[in-house]
Amino acid sequence: MPVLKKLIGAALVLGGVGAVAVWFLSAPARLDAETLAQLGPGDAARGKRIFYAGGCTSCHAKPRSQGEARLQLAGGLQLKTPFGIFVPPNISQDAKDGIGAWSEEDLANAMLKGVSPGGEHFYPAFPYASYARMKPSDIADLYAFLKTLPAVAGKAPGHTLGFPFNIRRGIGLWKLLYLSPQPVIALPEGTPDPVMAGRYLVEGPGHCGECHTPRDLAGGTKKAVWLAGATAAEGSGIVPNITSGEGGIGDWSEADIANYLETGFTPDFDSVGGAMVDVQRNMAQLMPEDRAAIAAYLKAAPSHPNGYPARKKPEN
Amino acid sequence: MRKLVIAISMLAFAGSAAFADPILDRQALMKERGKIAGGLSKVVKGEEAFDAAAVLTALQSLEANAEKLDIDAHFPAGSDKGDTTASPKIWEDTAGFKAGNDKYVADVKAAVAAAPADVDALKAQFNTIGGDCGTCHQGYRIKKG
Repeated sequence: MPVLKKLIGAALVLGGVGAVAVWFLSAPARLDAETLAQLGPGDAARGKRIFYAGGCTSCHAKPRSQGEARLQLAGGLQLKTPFGIFVPPNISQDAKDGIGAWSEEDLANAMLKGVSPGGEHFYPAFPYASYARMKPSDIADLYAFLKTLPAVAGKAPGHTLGFPFNIRRGIGLWKLLYLSPQPVIALPEGTPDPVMAGRYLVEGPGHCGECHTPRDLAGGTKKAVWLAGATAAEGSGIVPNITSGEGGIGDWSEADIANYLETGFTPDFDSVGGAMVDVQRNMAQLMPEDRAAIAAYLKAAPSHPNGYPARKKPEN
Repeated sequence: MRKLVIAISMLAFAGSAAFADPILDRQALMKERGKIAGGLSKVVKGEEAFDAAAVLTALQSLEANAEKLDIDAHFPAGSDKGDTTASPKIWEDTAGFKAGNDKYVADVKAAVAAAPADVDALKAQFNTIGGDCGTCHQGYRIKKG
């Protein structure tokens, strides 16, 4: 009996220590002064490129809006995932409902650390696990560009998430596992500049891996099968393998990839579909050398077979 | 397996007849459409010289192809099952799907009517038509493994 009591006591103490540790480990961490010092004054013209590379409007524009209205970043889209429904918020310049009152540092903490001005974790449906690899100066430029966009009143509804995903603090532990500014694919010294530039665009602002890479049970991307394609996290169907492995795009030339991003047509003249339609429209806004860089990186990245299960043959 | 063999034999019999199988029929139309668009894109990208007569012929075949697609006949209820990437949304929002198709047909017809005289005119038309492809493929198609 005394042994059992001791055991229970020890378990309680350990549990207590564990809880305290979890509390500290899960605390939202902001950027350090050194990183903030690199922000500098932004340039709106340069920021426009970052805005389209990052595809902000794909999730934050009013659902189903077209043309100029894509720049009204009122949020409200519903992303239906296995974790629940995520709703991208209003990031227009409205001071009350959007992010018009945010400072440059606030935007940097949101994008590089996933932390809100109020000190809470954002859910990683906001792809800061990719944005964390961005240069602070690019965030400053993006901030300057966002300032040129219209203010739109109206808050988007909140997320609808089940337990335990509704506990924001838990995201702190997720970040310990998955949040890092390090590149995913290590490239040897002497790697050509376009490949390096492409790595930055794909792994950072472009956040291609968020949809094109399979995720583990905790919702982190599996870096070992980077860009191998995945069962769609949102909606249904699959997101294609964009490596040169089996089932991927090994038979596309770099020019084919760049052309697809510019025009939306595959080499055999199928057209872009699904969520990639918005992405491609954003990519079409970049410079030709940006699309060429993305193509060069995709060709240089490791090949993997499809990261999603083969389709069951339909019964006839 | 036997059913499959029978089905394949029947298809072979039917050949390219319009009543063969709505899924195969619509896929064949889309393939043909892509081929024609591919030819035009070579001109748009400057890989092939602009030849007004040849471009108009290509646009006319695109028009003939567009007119062949009949949403009710090629997308009958239940044809989201089988070897297809058609999204159930086609039948949940048939009006929206038809509106997307109507816009495509109208834009192709407009391109034929305003027979492009130079590559810039063709480029503008081609971008409009290409955008129409994306409109339906964005909401009404599901990529599958």
